[in-house]
Amino acid sequence: MQYKVLIVDDSKLARMVMAGAFRRIRPDWILVETANADEALAAISGGAVDIALIDFNMPGIDGLELVASIRKTHPAMPVAVVSANVQNEIIGRARELNAGFIPKPLTDDALAAFLSGAVLRLKKVTP
Amino acid sequence: MTVDPGELTEIEQDALAEIANMGVSRAANSLRHMVGEQVLLSVPSVKIVTREAASKLVERDNARKLVAVQQSFEGPFDGRALLIFPEAQSLELVRSIVGDQHSLEDVIDLEQEALAETGNIILNGCLATIANVLNRTMRMSLPAVVRGDGAALFEVDGAESGGQFVLFLYIDFNIKKRDVHGFIALLMDLPSIAALKTIVNDFIRAVEKQPSDHVE
Repeated sequence: MQYKVLIVDDSKLARMVMAGAFRRIRPDWILVETANADEALAAISGGAVDIALIDFNMPGIDGLELVASIRKTHPAMPVAVVSANVQNEIIGRARELNAGFIPKPLTDDALAAFLSGAVLRLKKVTP
Repeated sequence: MTVDPGELTEIEQDALAEIANMGVSRAANSLRHMVGEQVLLSVPSVKIVTREAASKLVERDNARKLVAVQQSFEGPFDGRALLIFPEAQSLELVRSIVGDQHSLEDVIDLEQEALAETGNIILNGCLATIANVLNRTMRMSLPAVVRGDGAALFEVDGAESGGQFVLFLYIDFNIKKRDVHGFIALLMDLPSIAALKTIVNDFIRAVEKQPSDHVE
């Protein structure tokens, strides 16, 4: 099954790294890249996004605020916050929003583990 | 000019160096992962110095033209974290991160962007680890890339700020195969040193408590 993944990160390099990891782990999935929260919300309301991977430290609306707004319309969408800010407080706030946390620097293993869980959740919703 | 013994006791300095070491080790690990090569680290150094003296320490073995990615932090104590290296090595560092398959034009195009994200990952990892070790929360700004000599990086403008005392933590890193070296520095404002002493002493007490808890 092919899924559509939204990548939200203000850094082009970070998006390149993420896209590179997808080429190794899930080469057939469709990636949509956005650089900020507004573009991300527009992409989601445009529909067809299955999974979102969101940087925390962004200008304007930060990643956790973005997850909170996504949760209003998409309570079950698999979402992960991707950040080097591994403070317990940030990871805890992600959990409260029912979001995963993937530390930067990104590793294929950490991304693959989150994506496997996401696929299981998506299959449960639409068997 | 360097350590004012009245400000931090020996055990406080030790504890602070150890806390910094944990943060910086995480930072070195991140860097190692990003460049895929071994990164060597020096023993961390903790000093209370003027801003001006700190800027001289930064220039010590380096060319005067430096690049830094800096992030401010606020929380139990305020300050700035910087990833610093000679400007001449900036492109080589970027190349080591984006991979050798990219052309020189691509690397130049990506330089600013790649430096900011690299700094973001390394400094965030360092600060977040310190916050977790101390069981406190810190807010970090977005990364900014700054170029210039040590004085420009530490904003030693005007006699007042140049003479201002800061807590200066730094550690050298060296990417062995690439001939890229630089360091990670934390600069903390002195008005928050009192707060810092409280926090460090909480940490020391927690460490002292551990063995006896263990025996019971």
